[in-house]
Amino acid sequence: MSINRRQFLRRAGIVTALGLSGSVAVTGLRGKIVEAAAEAGYKTSSQALNAKHWAMVVDMSKFKTEDDFKKVAQSCVSIHNIPDFGNPKDEIKWIWEDDYEHTFSGGDNEYLTDSFKELPFVVMCNHCENPPCVKACPTGATFKKPDGIVDMDYHRCIGCRFCMGACPFGARSFNYRDPRPFIKKIDPDFPTRTPGVVEKCTFCVERLAKGQMPACVEASNGGLIFGDLDDPNSEVRKIVSTKYTIRRKTELGTQPSVYYLVGGGDHA
Amino acid sequence: MYKGGKIITSLIIFVAFLTFPFFYNMGKANAGPDNLVANTKITANLQCVESTEYMKANHMQLLNQWRQAYVRDGQTEYTNSQGKTFDVNLNTCIECHATGATSHAVGLSNPAVKNVGVSNSSVNTSDQFCVSCHNYASVEPTCWSCHSGPGEATK
Repeated sequence: MSINRRQFLRRAGIVTALGLSGSVAVTGLRGKIVEAAAEAGYKTSSQALNAKHWAMVVDMSKFKTEDDFKKVAQSCVSIHNIPDFGNPKDEIKWIWEDDYEHTFSGGDNEYLTDSFKELPFVVMCNHCENPPCVKACPTGATFKKPDGIVDMDYHRCIGCRFCMGACPFGARSFNYRDPRPFIKKIDPDFPTRTPGVVEKCTFCVERLAKGQMPACVEASNGGLIFGDLDDPNSEVRKIVSTKYTIRRKTELGTQPSVYYLVGGGDHA
Repeated sequence: MYKGGKIITSLIIFVAFLTFPFFYNMGKANAGPDNLVANTKITANLQCVESTEYMKANHMQLLNQWRQAYVRDGQTEYTNSQGKTFDVNLNTCIECHATGATSHAVGLSNPAVKNVGVSNSSVNTSDQFCVSCHNYASVEPTCWSCHSGPGEATK
């Protein structure tokens, strides 16, 4: 019954060889089957809007009344199934309104009047060139696309909220509760989110892919200008290069892609 | 064998205990997913993204590829092995793979595992295509906790 060392080594060798070749055969076969269908291809739609660096200019002269703000925010809420929990702790924000003091904190002088500090501004995700949220994300759920958009893949988000801590603009919101019951009217063409997932403005990637401008841009009546900052002939590039625009917290070096055109009119 | 009787008796009891679920359920064969065809809406172009055999075996990989392509690579069109192009979208599946008779209520989370009013969850009477097999196989996809379910999408 006992075997000697030589026999043991031989048998061990045979078993190892069998195991290895078996697994190679199985994975090889599986690969073939998948390959058969992988001849199929993926491509971007021919209608898709392309750019090297999507950017937005917020022309504050076009935001005068409360209605101007509401209109753009509402256009976003309705197509992105953004819930309204009715309390600021759980609030989900994609595009919202904040005052000058908080939008451009750090840059204000101490003699500013209160009325100036309270000037309203439209704020959203800045789609930074150096997005700290992307660096913080441990799963790659938030990522920078080649066109400059900082996008979210909700499938991969594990809800650690590191990105929320990393974002200096508070542009990310966490679903502490199930959002579905709090969505006024669900748009079936856009997914809702689940509890435990972070979300934010995505510059409407799903609309750009279909050749449409972002919803807020369409609703803004020219108050929001969207285009390719890399293209010298685009409207955003012309404004950014010839007019005085400011960005939020540039001292942090994140290089926001949202520019604020101030002093363009009698307002702000 | 020392204390052979006790050992063998215990072994028999042990094996009987271990195999109890098999004997208990013997003859009560689960009704397999048989309403697949009934749950497919007959549309003008009743051609699936890939062949039925391929989809049966690999739909999960294909869905993962679609997700990768759409969400991360921005590629919204899929050309299949026959050269036919489809929108990379769950709605493309649902156009056919649901009768659209039921539309789940807002807040009710997962129509893919809906078994309301079904005493034996393996016998599925829902008209949801995915459920037909997924309940039977006890695999719960979470697609519908975010994506709009069958019968909801407008395009």
